[in-house]
Amino acid sequence: MDKLSLLIWVPVITMIVMAFVNDSKVKWVGAIGATVQLIQSVLLLFSFFAARNAGDTSEMLFTTDIVWYKYLNIHYATGVDGVSIALILLTSIIVFTGVFASWEIKDRTKEFFITLYMLATGVFGFFISLDLFTMFLFYELAVIPMYLLIGIWGTGPKEYSAMKLTLMLMGASAFLLVGILGIYFNSAPDGGQLTFNFIEISKIDIPASAQYFFFPLTFIGFGVLGALYPFHTWSPDGHASAPTAVSMLHAGVLMKLGGYGALRIAVMLMPEGAQYYQWIFIILAVIGAVYGAFGAIWQKDLKYINAYSSVSHLAFILFAALMFNQVAFEGAVLQMISHGLITALFFALIGMIYSRTKTRNINEMGGLMKVMPVLGVAYFIAGFASLGLPGFSAFVAEMTIFVGAFQNDELFIRVATILVISSIVITAVYVLRAAGTMLMGAIKNKEFELLPDAHWYDKVAVFVLIAVIAGMGMFPNWLASMIYDGLSPMFERFVVN
Amino acid sequence: MQADFSYIIWIPGVLLASFLVVGLFGSKLKPMLSGAIATLAILLGMVLSYSAAFQYFLGKGLVDGTYQTFIPQNWEWLRFYDTLVIKLGVMIDPISIMMLVVVTTISSMVHIYSFGYMKGEQGFERFYAYLSLFSFSMIGLVIATNIFQMYIFWELVGVSSFLLIGFYYTKPSAVAASKKAFIVTRFADFGFLVGIFVLSYYTKTFDFQELMNPDNAAITNMTGISFMGMSVLSWALLLIFMGGAGKSAMFPLHIWLPDAMEGPTPVSALIHAATMVVAGVYLVARLFGLYVLHAPDALAIVAGVGAFTSLFAALIAVTQTDIKRVLAFSTMSQIGYMMLALGVSGYVGTEGLGFTASMFHLFTHAMFKALLFLGAGAVIHAVHSNEMGDMGGLRKYLPITHITFLIAALAISGIPPFAGFFSKDEILAAAYESNQLYFWTEWFVAGLTAFYMFRLYFNIFWGNNRAYEHKPHEAPFSMSFALIFLAIMTTIVGFIPFSQYVSPNLIPFETHFHWNIAIPSVAIGVVGIVVAALLYLKPKATADKMAKAMPGLYKLSLHKFYIDEMYVWVTHTIIFNSIARPIAWFDKKVVDGSMDGIAWVTNKVSDKTKGLQSGQLQQYAFVMIAGVVGLALFILYYLN
Amino acid sequence: MIEGIGVTDFLVVSTLMFFIGIYGFVVRKNLITILMSVELMLNAVNINFVVFNKYLYPDLLQGYMISLFVIGIAAAEAAVAIAIILNVYRNLQGIDIEHVNTMKH
Repeated sequence: MDKLSLLIWVPVITMIVMAFVNDSKVKWVGAIGATVQLIQSVLLLFSFFAARNAGDTSEMLFTTDIVWYKYLNIHYATGVDGVSIALILLTSIIVFTGVFASWEIKDRTKEFFITLYMLATGVFGFFISLDLFTMFLFYELAVIPMYLLIGIWGTGPKEYSAMKLTLMLMGASAFLLVGILGIYFNSAPDGGQLTFNFIEISKIDIPASAQYFFFPLTFIGFGVLGALYPFHTWSPDGHASAPTAVSMLHAGVLMKLGGYGALRIAVMLMPEGAQYYQWIFIILAVIGAVYGAFGAIWQKDLKYINAYSSVSHLAFILFAALMFNQVAFEGAVLQMISHGLITALFFALIGMIYSRTKTRNINEMGGLMKVMPVLGVAYFIAGFASLGLPGFSAFVAEMTIFVGAFQNDELFIRVATILVISSIVITAVYVLRAAGTMLMGAIKNKEFELLPDAHWYDKVAVFVLIAVIAGMGMFPNWLASMIYDGLSPMFERFVVN
Repeated sequence: MQADFSYIIWIPGVLLASFLVVGLFGSKLKPMLSGAIATLAILLGMVLSYSAAFQYFLGKGLVDGTYQTFIPQNWEWLRFYDTLVIKLGVMIDPISIMMLVVVTTISSMVHIYSFGYMKGEQGFERFYAYLSLFSFSMIGLVIATNIFQMYIFWELVGVSSFLLIGFYYTKPSAVAASKKAFIVTRFADFGFLVGIFVLSYYTKTFDFQELMNPDNAAITNMTGISFMGMSVLSWALLLIFMGGAGKSAMFPLHIWLPDAMEGPTPVSALIHAATMVVAGVYLVARLFGLYVLHAPDALAIVAGVGAFTSLFAALIAVTQTDIKRVLAFSTMSQIGYMMLALGVSGYVGTEGLGFTASMFHLFTHAMFKALLFLGAGAVIHAVHSNEMGDMGGLRKYLPITHITFLIAALAISGIPPFAGFFSKDEILAAAYESNQLYFWTEWFVAGLTAFYMFRLYFNIFWGNNRAYEHKPHEAPFSMSFALIFLAIMTTIVGFIPFSQYVSPNLIPFETHFHWNIAIPSVAIGVVGIVVAALLYLKPKATADKMAKAMPGLYKLSLHKFYIDEMYVWVTHTIIFNSIARPIAWFDKKVVDGSMDGIAWVTNKVSDKTKGLQSGQLQQYAFVMIAGVVGLALFILYYLN
Repeated sequence: MIEGIGVTDFLVVSTLMFFIGIYGFVVRKNLITILMSVELMLNAVNINFVVFNKYLYPDLLQGYMISLFVIGIAAAEAAVAIAIILNVYRNLQGIDIEHVNTMKH
């Protein structure tokens, strides 16, 4: 079996094993599966570098191509480049930490972990696919378990949130499907075999008239998942209701599917359409960045704060994806990874704090730093990382986006960049407000004094994420250049066009 | 002949290691051991800085009459474009060496002092970890080879400052102060960052040496592009200055500094008096070639802001009663002096006196202001209060503190032979050459400075002999050692011939003593001291009467000209209530509401049409049969 | 050919039976009667199959086969239907079809 299909099979096998062990052992099976997956992703990274160093310059490495449905020319085609490897690594890390963050799940443990792994399978499948059709299939496989995970294991108005999330994402999928079919039917403008393979499609020019029609559909279809303003409203409610690991996976990875698709499918395959609608979507992204940040200031629920913060930070990705600048594109991918890690850390910590205090309202907490120093310090680190402190990953990602975007010769885009930059000031306001109110000051509730600090499994999740965030923030160059090189082939093509 | 300065990298290296060790394992170590590790690290840094300074200034730095710039290390950290690369490296030139000396000296003294001051505090090791982090970041800032490295460490000193102000995190006022400090400087850094981007957009480089290169065509090109009445270079430099103004607490971004006094006193001495707050001055000095040669309009604004802040802060300092706040406003005022000096400076030869004076004042001010703060810390340590009203007659109980504080107060008042006299004299001389208005303003501020410093001095050490519940005791040895060391420095550093070492174009020049400046400036200093002595030496009601005589002015000064209230109004009324709250509402009601509205419409439509699904089998059958019959008839009559 | 009886006569009878069945199915409220109406329709169809087979394709057997199938299925259907009706009676204390709409709620 080839390296990449193994990425799908490991979670599938884990699911099957889980189905046959009893509830108390399921999480161990999950932990082992996640560890294997993590090791495998790291090995994949090494073999990727080995292949590149050995002089393999093909655009995608480790490719497989199996015909799946001949009449529509659907293939099971897989392959990775620098961009997808980075996101696969991100996914493995978050699944790994997510398992430890959901160590305390008591209700229907087995079903929970199986559903969680189904979601993970979908995400891995999405990132390795080269075929738009199978990509879409995996995308749906990742989105649908969300309904069950939120609806069954969630908190608060969970049915409402789950329904809203699923309906909005399904609605977006409809747009997306039309977009993908549009690409498919225009994939051979000069006659010949139609194809779903996006590498092949990227080598031909889809007729401009088709691009004008299908670009907005595809971009909005992916954009809804990437919290494009004003289609972001499923995200605060969904995150607030979802259980910890699901929030982590969802905000950390699933929402990146939107950004990845918007960049890789919508913009890269239909550059003329993207250029035509650029200004509209840039305005929406700028609104999203500033508006999400302001929205977060007023929230009192930790999860809502973080959800609005995600809206703001994900807008950076969509903003960068519209820049037509390789550095900004690289920044978009870095931001996907950075935001994925940081937001996963946030949600993990929020889940841990919530499971202790039984409240997420920051005004009801206070002085928790004294009670749970490890979690408190970790929350501060997450906060500083989120507001773009140097030494953490977000700084690298944001600066790459801003430097890239600011090199644009159009004044409109430079002004838009400045507006986006202004949102990082507001980020400081809400991050410090939340952390300060919750962790510092006097202890408001006497019962809180007895709360335990982090358990070992909490520490595993938190420390792994912090280590990766700090590692990426301190030594960014290898990752950045890997992503940059991954984007080169496609980028060069549309510079020529 | 190349000099080898590659060992400089060990200074930040050791400090970073110390931060990591103490920060990660501090809770497992004995507190004293943690403190010792951090202190040893910074002492090593101090030794290395001094040796670098000797090596540079007294030996290898000067080649053919010009001070050389050395870059022993410059590692690529993050690459954007071929020319736009963030590098981390070490840059050695006169001002960076001088700053290294300042930072390591003050930081070492603060480390030693804190052994006594922070003894027994909870979080002793945390304190030392933060100090190491701060020293590391500040040194990284000082030795930056490019503007982005400076920005990186600029942010890191900001966060260390946040952590140290909020050190007593259970105290709400400390939490509020730390947040305020971080957010205000963060807002200023927004300007800095945009300035960097504007600059790099036109020049395609971050590197200081390339930016300073007089043959750089991109810079001259930038002066030609005009945007809203100024060249884009001036705009970029003004935006960068905004960042500097935020860190250096220039009006109107100064509001965080007085509140930052909530942090432990050694921190105030290190960060909020001697090192971090002068980073803004250092930034302008770093880019001085650009300001003075290509953007004189931006430099004029720097001068104006500096002059105004020095006057404004001195006026406030006169009425404050919290001793640390008096010192904080005094710091603002003195930094205003430094900015003004940069603003009025020229580039070549003796015209560059302002630049030299600014750096000189930065150097001497660091010594005597740190001494003042540490002295104030000793006083606070003794009486457990920050309020002047709780003090008086302490000269008998705290003799060492008393003498050292007096030396520092004389230095800041510009009384010879202490350090402040020399540097202030040069600043006044530079102002006199450039603009009479600035000169007379600063001359007046010098008087005010002497007055409020001695108001402080007399109120603490003289005046009422009050009965203390606990007899105030002299500081322990670690604290008095730092005080004595800094007092000696304050006395001698004034005699350093600074213009031999630091000048804008790196070529030394000669200065001569300005009798015409020195005499009036010493005179006004003495007048300030005498007035303070008359009012406060013996407890009298004169001062209160004067306050009552001009209630408007007194209140305005006491309330810091209501700038804080304006900020509170802006943040709470405008940003929170008029922007954030409506946005939250809009999101909930309009954006989310419209999505829910679509769901609601769908729901209603289905509710209205569900009557068709009656559950009555016979109704279904009837409809079906009717349909079949209808279809049959249709086929029979229309299709045939 | 059965002497003197034409194909139309059979068809008239089966059509009458079929529509009587439909009438009963739509109008009667008693489940047993409805079941009987269904049987009536099925048998009408059976007659048609047999008649068409006999008159149009005397050499083939499909029509007979189908009608045998229908009879078999009708028997099974009756068994299932009566079982359902019995359960309906137990649960709802009656076999009036208008009350069998609980699934709607």
